[in-house]
Amino acid sequence: MIFNGRSHKFGRDIDTDIIIPATYLVTFDPKELAKHCMEPLAPNFADNIEKGDIIVAEENFGCGSSREHAPIAIKGAGISCVLAKSFARIFYRNAINTALPILECAEAVDGISDGDDVRIDTEKGKIENLSTGITWQAKPFPSFIMEIINEDGLIGYTKKRVENRDV
Amino acid sequence: MMTITEKIIAAHAGLDKVSPGELVMVDIDLALANDITAPGAIKEFEKIGVEGVFDKKKVVLVPDHFAPNRDVDSAEQCKYVREFARDREVENYFEVGQMGIEHVLLPEKGLVIPGDLVIGADSHTCTYGALGAFSTGMGSTDLAAAFATGDTWLKVPQSIKFNIDGKRKEWVSGKDIILYIIGKIGVDGALYKAMEFTGDTIEGLSMDSRFSICNMAIEAGGKNGIIAVDDRTREYEDGRIDRAYVEYYSDPDAEYADVHNYKAEDIELQVAFPHLPSNTKGISEVGNIPIDQVVIGSCTNGRIEDLREAAKILDGKKVEKNLRVIVIPATQKIYQQAMSEGIIDIFIEAGTAVSTPTCGPCLGGHMGILAAKERCVATTNRNFRGRMGHTDSEVYLSGPAVAAASAITGKITGPADL
Repeated sequence: MIFNGRSHKFGRDIDTDIIIPATYLVTFDPKELAKHCMEPLAPNFADNIEKGDIIVAEENFGCGSSREHAPIAIKGAGISCVLAKSFARIFYRNAINTALPILECAEAVDGISDGDDVRIDTEKGKIENLSTGITWQAKPFPSFIMEIINEDGLIGYTKKRVENRDV
Repeated sequence: MMTITEKIIAAHAGLDKVSPGELVMVDIDLALANDITAPGAIKEFEKIGVEGVFDKKKVVLVPDHFAPNRDVDSAEQCKYVREFARDREVENYFEVGQMGIEHVLLPEKGLVIPGDLVIGADSHTCTYGALGAFSTGMGSTDLAAAFATGDTWLKVPQSIKFNIDGKRKEWVSGKDIILYIIGKIGVDGALYKAMEFTGDTIEGLSMDSRFSICNMAIEAGGKNGIIAVDDRTREYEDGRIDRAYVEYYSDPDAEYADVHNYKAEDIELQVAFPHLPSNTKGISEVGNIPIDQVVIGSCTNGRIEDLREAAKILDGKKVEKNLRVIVIPATQKIYQQAMSEGIIDIFIEAGTAVSTPTCGPCLGGHMGILAAKERCVATTNRNFRGRMGHTDSEVYLSGPAVAAASAITGKITGPADL
């Protein structure tokens, strides 16, 4: 997939209580969750997103709770992809399982400013800052994770395993 | 030459040996979800198209977060989980009245035992490492797949050893030790890694304190926290469980990504300032911080030892008049035990509100939400911005001793300063 969008920059340790405060965890509806996405740091975040925009963040993005509502809220807000220096591990799994594309590349995070136009090719892991013309290569996913992504996430992957009696 | 974490993963992957970085499929002994995460898991589970859950005894559902039902939406979520449990004959569903906070309830009921591999759709699932088990938090979809297949994929984590030796200072509990460690290594200091706790200080800790330590491994980014079985673990399990368990120990030549050595003598009572659990100070460095609320409870510190410590300090005292103090025993059994020991009387005489088990205020759900500019000292596990209510409220994390002493003075206080 290729995404083109404006970058929205965040710092380090963006926790799941910022991404979606717990009090709203009474639904899995992406549109409902999107209304409160990033609320403590950036109220009305979703209103300022053009479909396809990209979150660019420092280390440990998504730390805290296991709530899968976090990647769902981000997707619901219209964000196409999250680029960070590193991800908290439960968020990393949840993003793959809910088909929110994520990439790790510290140099690209340093080389992208808030509001820059960014182009990301998730399959090739290629990141391009269209505002400056600089490109980077993200860390590739392990092949096993690619298998899950290629089955449209863990449920598709599991369905196939069940059908093949591989459980 | 493997660590305890690697040995448990290898055993559940059917392999003689695993190495850090390896991706493996593992059989799971228990799969857990709560009223917040189970609805998503159930919805995804139904898409897989299996007859039922992989094992009716090995799926655990606990409505504890927004239960007893906070509002209509929460009531609908709890109902959805309850009906799934009924339809799919899930044996370990715990209804309001029998439920407790999941990570306190499961060990208490003997559902997790040493050597087990447990996954839960709750980040504090890492608590059970205190029993010498491997346990870790995941999301709803991971649990949906596990409900169907009874297995899951894991990347074998590198391990970091935290060795703590020496005599603890007065009132210092497991909570202070883990806050101290997180303060040293940061909220991603153990990212993707196993945190193994060893040393004679750890050996001298109660099971309740060990649960508090492993509970907060996730607050350093850890995949799991783990403490090997010893006599205290065996004594805890004696008469509680009906399955045989396996004890695993790290080999002397096991490889660690890092080893940290700490002296217990250096660890004073800890307070984590807003808005990160790593933002810690010793009680002597806190200064004058007036507060509006105290919460004693949660999966971190709602156990009987925590209540006993708080009661020792509150006995015969009164809560400061401008303060709300909320005490939440983590399970019904702990609540009853506290009643039989006269602890609940002490709390009520002191002017605190005592609640039925719930995660409630810890995650800003209900039962003690903060208004703008309000400050709370809480024995919970996270002090992220807005965690307990308004975006402009503040949470200071501590153990039960500091929370109870602060309840009397109305500002952050250690018991020595009363």
